[in-house]
Amino acid sequence: MTTTTENSVDVYLERLHAQAKTRALYTVIFIGAIVFVITSGVIFSEEQNAGSLSRGLDQFWDFPTDLFSGAWAAGWDWFGLVGIYTPELFRTINLALFSTALGFICAVFLSLFASTNLISNGWVVSLTRRTLDVLRSFPELVIAIALLFLMGKGELPALIAIWLHTVGALGKLFSEAVENCDMKPVEGLQSAGAGWWQRVRFGVLPQVLPLFFSYGILRLEINVRASTILGFVGAGGIGEALKTNISWSYEPDIMAIMALLVITITTLDYLSTYVRNKLIGGIQL
Amino acid sequence: MSSSISTITDKTVECNLDASRYRRILVTVVAVVVGYLAFSVWMFDLPSVARKWSPERATMFMLDTYAHKDVVLMEWDRAGDIDVYFEAKIYEYERDPVWFSRSNADIGSRVEIENGSYFVLKGNTVELHGWPGLEAPLIFGRYADGRPRILGYENRRDALPDWIRWTENKIEVRPDLYTRLQVFGRKAEIHRYSLGWKYFWFDFSSPLADVSFFDAIGLMFSSDRVDPNQSNASLVLNEIWYNEIWFHMEIMVAMLETLLMALLGTFFAALFGLPLAFLAAQNITPFEAVRFSLRRLFDLLRGIDMLIWSLIFLRAFGPGLFTGAFAIAFTDTGTLGKLMSEAIENADSKQQEGIRSTGAQKSLQHRFGILPQIMPIFISQTLYYFESNVRGAVIIGAMGAGGIGLQFLGAMQTGSDFENVAYMAILVLLMVIFIDKMSARLRRVLIGLV
Repeated sequence: MTTTTENSVDVYLERLHAQAKTRALYTVIFIGAIVFVITSGVIFSEEQNAGSLSRGLDQFWDFPTDLFSGAWAAGWDWFGLVGIYTPELFRTINLALFSTALGFICAVFLSLFASTNLISNGWVVSLTRRTLDVLRSFPELVIAIALLFLMGKGELPALIAIWLHTVGALGKLFSEAVENCDMKPVEGLQSAGAGWWQRVRFGVLPQVLPLFFSYGILRLEINVRASTILGFVGAGGIGEALKTNISWSYEPDIMAIMALLVITITTLDYLSTYVRNKLIGGIQL
Repeated sequence: MSSSISTITDKTVECNLDASRYRRILVTVVAVVVGYLAFSVWMFDLPSVARKWSPERATMFMLDTYAHKDVVLMEWDRAGDIDVYFEAKIYEYERDPVWFSRSNADIGSRVEIENGSYFVLKGNTVELHGWPGLEAPLIFGRYADGRPRILGYENRRDALPDWIRWTENKIEVRPDLYTRLQVFGRKAEIHRYSLGWKYFWFDFSSPLADVSFFDAIGLMFSSDRVDPNQSNASLVLNEIWYNEIWFHMEIMVAMLETLLMALLGTFFAALFGLPLAFLAAQNITPFEAVRFSLRRLFDLLRGIDMLIWSLIFLRAFGPGLFTGAFAIAFTDTGTLGKLMSEAIENADSKQQEGIRSTGAQKSLQHRFGILPQIMPIFISQTLYYFESNVRGAVIIGAMGAGGIGLQFLGAMQTGSDFENVAYMAILVLLMVIFIDKMSARLRRVLIGLV
């Protein structure tokens, strides 16, 4: 009896040692790979002459210092600058809000057709899903640049780009939510003679709408960032103002815009977390 | 009996009251939303899409992504000297292509186009022969004052087919998508589109310019050297790598740069994020001040968008790897730090207590009591952020940080090399899909979940 126990302990110990060895090996390989990537990255970058690490580290604080000293030198006028760029900020936010709203509405309808538990026709489901995949796989920036080229500068190309991407991104999440919802209410409605739309309206939507809205709010937050970025390529708003000021090196203005953006993004972050917690009761997405 | 009926009625009334209140709120909300949407449709001038959208430009754009054009250029003043170019004067053919037969100004040089029709370039005229639906050849020439005209149609422009547009200084002839003739006062240009990406493997200056890809592969293993100083294999690879039309080298280097940006950025974010997360977690760090300041630091790092970080670092490091990597590292240290500190606080304390009961010191308690619990979350989140950072690196790259994003934006904004744009777009999409698949697989191998 005792011998077998000893034996099995030995066996386990041996296994443990073997595992520890494999693990150590993996760790060494992993660290080696990381070190290799970092050194080769640094060497590669120096070779490309695309900015040197050591020179860059020396100048690391130059720009932030310039920004703060510029804003300091502007004194009280700096707050006036903040006021000047606020309307631009609202244009950017409004662009994001409107495109998110349009994308949300389209995504709700498309997601119903991409859910196997609501649509029995396989062709419709896979066609809708592929459409959503295509819409999602192109980043807003790519669609926006193409549309800006075709339609000229303005907010409209950016609006369409964010809209299309939002439909793709939200549509997939929505259809997953619909597919995971409880089908019992739907069956109950069906047994009472409810039609397809009535089953969706009273059986599915009440279950998934809170989740839909929380996804939508998260998307709004992402889209505010996206519409700022699209401003850089000619969609107007605060992104364009930031780009202009950076190319002119107007430090106080850059500082004002950055401050506005940081405040907006942080506020949105907190707001969306709060609203989402209210909506879905703290369920982690 | 009567009392029970009255109760039911009372309940119904109550329900109705509730429903009407609910309905009022719903109607108000819907009205506000619809009002906002209507206002925004008007403000963004959504109906103007139809007006701004030029199908012609879109068609050209699409055509240019999958086809290339050859240009035949004749200047009226020196009509004997006709030039044949690849694309927009990138390269002048040294030998005439097979569809072009050169002759003197009297007989005229011939440009064959599809379905058996052809252009003839004579000293003073350009003629289009044999296009289906044309009874007689169209003859393009000039008035005495140099403005372009179509002979015989001067006073009956309505009789022209609808694919010809005749304005004061220019005649634009586009019988189909792949053929175009432009007649100006100074010159006449024929654009001849053909399918495919020409010179994709070897550019025109290469000794292998006219060799197809598969022939080149065959050539790599043949012993007759094309260039006596170099083996065929290295010649072929060199010529592909240094292609001057498709810039394979530049694009691959830029892709690598973008990938490294995401990799280094995410790695450093993980490296700094995890220890800071421990310091910011309530069940690890007893000092309120440390926790509070770390949380505000995470908020600051996260709240400043990756784009803004990249603009700040752009001044210090210039466009390139470090700008992108630092921007990603700063943003994601904030995100990962916040996320992981929450995960640590939610970790089960029983395991830690178990380790403590063996008399282990604090650091060992954390190492064996908490770290194993949060490791799966940490790995999967880091991989998710790596995926999204590859996309992010393309975007901040386009905003100035370098890499494939910048190349892409550059090619897009010059507006002439749409085949290069399409090529890069395909490469970026493939890269993103590949990274997604790899990271999903890695997640499965490392932590056994998707």
